Amino acid sequence: MGIKRRAFLIGGAAIVGGGLFAVYWGDSSARKRAVELTAKGKDGSFLSWVKISEDDTVTVYSPHIDFGQGSHTALAQMVAEELDADWSKVVVEHAPADPSFANSALGRGFMADMSGQPGIVAALPASFISMAARSMNLQITGGSSAVRFTGQSGMRVAGAAAREALIAEAAERLKVPASELTTLDSRVIHAKTSASLRYGELAQAAAARSLNSDLKLKDRKDFRYIGQGVHRLDIPAKVDGSATYGIDFTLPDMRVATIVMAPVRDGKLTSVDPAPAMAVKGVEKVIKLDDAVVVIAKGYWQATKGMQALSPQFSDGGHGGLSTASIYAAQDKLNASGEKLVAPADGKLLTAEYKAPFLHQAMMEPFAMTAHHKDGRLDMWGGLQDPLGTRMMMAEIAGLDAANVMFHPMIMGGGFGRRFPPYSQIIGQLTKIAMQVPYPVKLIWSREQDVQHGAYRPQVAARLQGVTGKKRIAAWASDYAQNDDAAAEGTVPYTIPNFEARHHEYISNQVNAYWRSVNASQHGFFNESFVDELAHAEGEDPYTFRRNHLKAGSRPLLVLDTVAKHAGWGTPLPEGRARGIAMVESFGTIVAEVVEASLKEDGTPKVHKAWAVVDCGTTVNPLNAAAQIEGGLIMGLSSAIGEQITLDKGAVVESNFGDYPVMKLADAPEIDVHFIESGAKMGGIGEPGLPPAAPALANALFALTGKRVRQLPILAQAKA
Amino acid sequence: MAIETTVNGKAVSIDAEPDTPLLWALREDLGLTGTKFGCGIAACGACSVHVNGEITRSCSVPVSEVAGKSVTTIEGLKAADGTLHKVQQAWIDAQVPQCGYCQSGQIMAAVALIQKTGKPSAAQVDKAMTNICRCGTYPRIRKAILAATGQAAAAVEGAA
Repeated sequence: MGIKRRAFLIGGAAIVGGGLFAVYWGDSSARKRAVELTAKGKDGSFLSWVKISEDDTVTVYSPHIDFGQGSHTALAQMVAEELDADWSKVVVEHAPADPSFANSALGRGFMADMSGQPGIVAALPASFISMAARSMNLQITGGSSAVRFTGQSGMRVAGAAAREALIAEAAERLKVPASELTTLDSRVIHAKTSASLRYGELAQAAAARSLNSDLKLKDRKDFRYIGQGVHRLDIPAKVDGSATYGIDFTLPDMRVATIVMAPVRDGKLTSVDPAPAMAVKGVEKVIKLDDAVVVIAKGYWQATKGMQALSPQFSDGGHGGLSTASIYAAQDKLNASGEKLVAPADGKLLTAEYKAPFLHQAMMEPFAMTAHHKDGRLDMWGGLQDPLGTRMMMAEIAGLDAANVMFHPMIMGGGFGRRFPPYSQIIGQLTKIAMQVPYPVKLIWSREQDVQHGAYRPQVAARLQGVTGKKRIAAWASDYAQNDDAAAEGTVPYTIPNFEARHHEYISNQVNAYWRSVNASQHGFFNESFVDELAHAEGEDPYTFRRNHLKAGSRPLLVLDTVAKHAGWGTPLPEGRARGIAMVESFGTIVAEVVEASLKEDGTPKVHKAWAVVDCGTTVNPLNAAAQIEGGLIMGLSSAIGEQITLDKGAVVESNFGDYPVMKLADAPEIDVHFIESGAKMGGIGEPGLPPAAPALANALFALTGKRVRQLPILAQAKA
Repeated sequence: MAIETTVNGKAVSIDAEPDTPLLWALREDLGLTGTKFGCGIAACGACSVHVNGEITRSCSVPVSEVAGKSVTTIEGLKAADGTLHKVQQAWIDAQVPQCGYCQSGQIMAAVALIQKTGKPSAAQVDKAMTNICRCGTYPRIRKAILAATGQAAAAVEGAA
């Protein structure tokens, strides 16, 4: 590899007995542009941070939050790799939501004007730097981006730059050429004289050094930490109850609030009589928001009882006629407008309509955050996917200068796409509440509010047409109706002479939001189910049919062949069981999955075993990467079998885990995960395990029953 | 009216209204925040604790019901010298948690199961472990329970 990138070390911040390293990305023109782009004229640096304390502790400040995906540990591995740090002394913290750690103006500027990229990254693809700019500057976590972008282009460089500064400092102190020095386990070593210096004793002076050089990153063959299944740093605190989530945060004199929002999105609060709530012991205040009512009490139970006593009235925002069926009907109509394929004399035409419902992230920790407004300053504590963006929203909503606003990121009980600030209503709600009361207040959403006021995966309908002949797909045309264009996810990895995917815009009253793997889950289901239909129409084995449409020697072919081999594709199965196969590429990672399924006595599907083969280029932590694939696969199966958010009269019908059934342990299959270390450009890992699961299961059920699943969830269709 | 009970081996007096769910008394009155709120209707198990050794979903039990009883939370599982319970250790060895939010409840459920059955069978694990984990850590929960009861290797492959 030996990727060369230029980096500058700037500033040795005043850390007593240690050093804080910051890597500035860019050259003088980028620096100039940074100044231009930053309103205050201050140089908001393009940073990633490594702090080395006098006791040799290496602290990695991650601009990404960790809601369970394990990227903090992987990012630390990448720093430690290049730094040659002693792993036992590496810790990770969330970077504060502060422009000295990230700068939203800079990031937005780069996004708005891609031609203004810093010179150092000119050789990299535009999409790469765009993601790096977005993730590092805005502190966004999403798009399976932390390790492949921030890690590869930020953390490794930070570690390498810090190491080089430490060596330079040691060379000066030992009066030997830097070229004679090596590093190991947080020491700089001079082998000839057996002299060595600890990083901790060098750090403060090293961080003050000015460095402008070409950094050489390690070759793969020299990796000590990258590729190792080291234990995650966050796990010990998650087995003894000591990990502190947003919902656990407390302040002296804090009150607890809960909220009920307008059942129909865009609806408003029209009236509420606070008196019945105020009569409940412990209730202190009822606050009317534009579209919600809030009860503040000494504790959550009292707030809940107060809320139950209220009879708030809401308008329907003009969406009272909206239902799941009306949305599908409108979408079907749009899809029908797409051009029809015509079957040639020697070919077959197959047309199928597919449907995928709104889905809820159902993170286990409902929104729960704390805020305090005091002496013109507003502080908020909790977990969101973009701490700095949150801070900017708080400032805007409160009408305060950003300098007087701070967001303190905490670990999160899941996210799966739910915690992006623009869709996180709690930021605005809590800001408005905090501005009205003199005490700190924690706002906790009930599970019912969480389920009914989500930022759902879009509901999508698709019409797929395929022309086949001689066991090959000759033409493919899909029409799909949803909020946004899923051009990237609408494609298939197969070689098809004529392929077209047409987006028809359909906007409901729901927000255009993200759900783990974003559009890859619906479109993966549509496309990989339809490929299966085409295989059967041609009388071909679904695995063989797929491989016949893949190029020899290609990555997808190896992934597909490998999963078929591990799953024993084609070998006999016990009576009543069948296998299904599917492959989806998303976030730069190719994943093929096979599931072995049967039907329970009550007709519900049971997945006994699942296999996943993954090519994400390189795995940083195979142990955690496997966990992400397992979790994605289970979430994919769970949603395919039973999950859906439906609308009636514009409002969400489902309200808690009783009618939004998330898969439990008894239904979770044994999962066998394998990685192909292809060395290709690094792909994501948090999301790509999910999309193949639903079509693999649907294809297995077809093999078992001869009945094609074209609408999810499977259970709702079975009962209908 | 104060409710007298024992939590993690210590006698405590909880000054809460009798209908307050045990969950909120633990979290807000005693500051034991390791027990989590997930659904409020005993559907997810994030709030699982032991009451007189029985696995109990604390969001749906009024605090008045535990008067005179013994409650154990995740904070009470460690030995007095700080040594982790064998189930907690197995959870680390098998690298079970992802977001970790449900894991207090999962561990309490597993401990209760093991206390009852000794070496639970696969069917007993399926039947008893009904807590929801949205991250999908179930395969590793199974592995950790087997490891904690000497029925499988403890560490997952590649562990350092």
